[in-house]
Amino acid sequence: MEKINLKDFRFTGSTLGEIADLRTLDPADKAEMLMSGVDVEERERAGTYLQVDHGRVHCKSLQKGVEILDIKDALAKYDGLPGYFWTQVDKDKDEFTRAAAENLHGGYFVRTEKGARITEPVQSCLFLKADMVGQNVHNVVIVEDDSELHIITGCSVAHGSKGAAHLGISEFFVGKNAKLTFTMIHNWAESTVVRPRTGGVVDEGGVFINNYVLLKPVKDLQSYPAIRLNGRGAVARFNSVIVAPKGSYVDSGSRIELNAPDTRGEIISRTIASGGAIVARGFIGGNSVPAKGHLECKGLILGGGVIHAIPELLGSVDGVELSHEAAVGKIAQEEIEYLMARGLDEEEATSTIVRGFLNVDIMGLPKELRDVIEKTISESQKDMF
Amino acid sequence: MLRIEDLHVKIGEREVLSGINLHIADNETFILFGPNGSGKTTLLMTLMGFGNYEITKGRIIFRGQDITHAPIYERARLGIGMSFQRPPTIHGLKTRHLVGMCDRDGSVDVERLARKLNMDTFLERDINAGFSGGEIKRSELLQLMAQKPYLLLFDEPESGVDLENMKLIGQTVREVLTGAIEPKPESSMRQQRVRKPPVSGLIITHTGYILEYLNADRGQVLYNGHLCCEANPRNILDHISQYGYQECVRCLN
Repeated sequence: MEKINLKDFRFTGSTLGEIADLRTLDPADKAEMLMSGVDVEERERAGTYLQVDHGRVHCKSLQKGVEILDIKDALAKYDGLPGYFWTQVDKDKDEFTRAAAENLHGGYFVRTEKGARITEPVQSCLFLKADMVGQNVHNVVIVEDDSELHIITGCSVAHGSKGAAHLGISEFFVGKNAKLTFTMIHNWAESTVVRPRTGGVVDEGGVFINNYVLLKPVKDLQSYPAIRLNGRGAVARFNSVIVAPKGSYVDSGSRIELNAPDTRGEIISRTIASGGAIVARGFIGGNSVPAKGHLECKGLILGGGVIHAIPELLGSVDGVELSHEAAVGKIAQEEIEYLMARGLDEEEATSTIVRGFLNVDIMGLPKELRDVIEKTISESQKDMF
Repeated sequence: MLRIEDLHVKIGEREVLSGINLHIADNETFILFGPNGSGKTTLLMTLMGFGNYEITKGRIIFRGQDITHAPIYERARLGIGMSFQRPPTIHGLKTRHLVGMCDRDGSVDVERLARKLNMDTFLERDINAGFSGGEIKRSELLQLMAQKPYLLLFDEPESGVDLENMKLIGQTVREVLTGAIEPKPESSMRQQRVRKPPVSGLIITHTGYILEYLNADRGQVLYNGHLCCEANPRNILDHISQYGYQECVRCLN
């Protein structure tokens, strides 16, 4: 992979100003955002944070019990967010974290009140519009004790983008008996480079569910969220669905540390290389007992490409239970013929198997988002066979 | 319904079927016997059109159409349905979804059929994932009932099935083959039978349990890739259980 040179991108000067009504957005941008789960009508949403290039354009909470702020406003309001800001990700980790630390463009701060059950998802979109734009965001999500939150966040790039870089820091805090479902849909372009850096911590009885969907091409993406289960009985689950068409290089994985008794971690990834390259990583560390972790990474190569599965388990105490299964292969002819014997032609049979393999249902997403994802999968299948 | 003429089939370099001739009439149920490795499953897989079975000679005519080289799905759409002995698990594909796809004309009440086969709790499960022997058979039957074929191919419908399931499966196979016809005020049972499309069956059995549930018309033994000993299936079964397949060797030599 060629090295990313941050100097190629412009990290200043592209701010749009407030867009009060998302329905007034440029139709082409709207279409791109829709693909990443953003509902411009804001129906059935608890709130929205939308950023284009270097600044926020829309930020609003529609439901009591959840605060949604531009991270810059949150830092001002809460004295720099001590104990939260830059505690889960190391500021000096690499040039990308340093760039995000030096020149903060925005990002969202979402916090639930203690005990608040936010039934509808909060939506966010970090959008890249200008040519050769570089975007630094920093997100902080705090789910206070006994509360529940679902965030659907899409990252998109304007149609026809010739190049863009997205550097995003995200830090998650899941309180006692709280639950955070975080669904991220990446919808980049052939020329986009992406470097998210993500970390989080889950307290006693807390649940963190991370869904990740990447179906569109991307030039170079590297993502490796790390979650520490520090409280007794905490649970983390990562579900990823990744398709890498020709020209895409995706290095994606997740890391769970089981640091307290009765914790459980699960990493499930489904990858398809249709011409591109995927590194599918996973790490579960068991440092306390009883604790259970399971890692499952399955890949299909359809029409060329590379999948490098790297499942890692590390147990550091007696009695820890960690397991993994990894597979890289093709669609079994036996499965295709079974479905053909039921009257499906070869293409119908193959696409049915691929959908089953990607198994987006497991994520429990709202219907309209599921439909968009299903549609995107059908479209991207044209390149697979 | 089905006419097989001088069919020769190879798997890899090995000839497994050597000159099979078989005619199955409309509404006829034919039973195929034979020891393990005699080519029974090969015959069914060849009729369905699977890839590893190479036809080197002969023809398969189904309802007047030469399907010798037709792709699998075309045969399925023409009306050949098969119950698999060991179907593959397809992860992420719900049984309900598959049954829905089998029902191409959308005429079937999936819920009702599933209840009938005790499969209603399986509709949301991935197809064949962790299914027991009896569950696989019921799931295959459910798919076939949605598919509504003219010719049903059953590969050992009794294997891995307990007695309680055997009854349900046997009765359902019979119903699929003969149609569920009841007296109705608007038409006599005879009229209904005349209007019903023809359905025939080709059933492989080792144990013969299935014969207790249906009226099989004819049977034959497949031995070493050759068909022989045409007779009433019950008589064949009685003979085999008493003498084994030894007589077939003498008969063919």
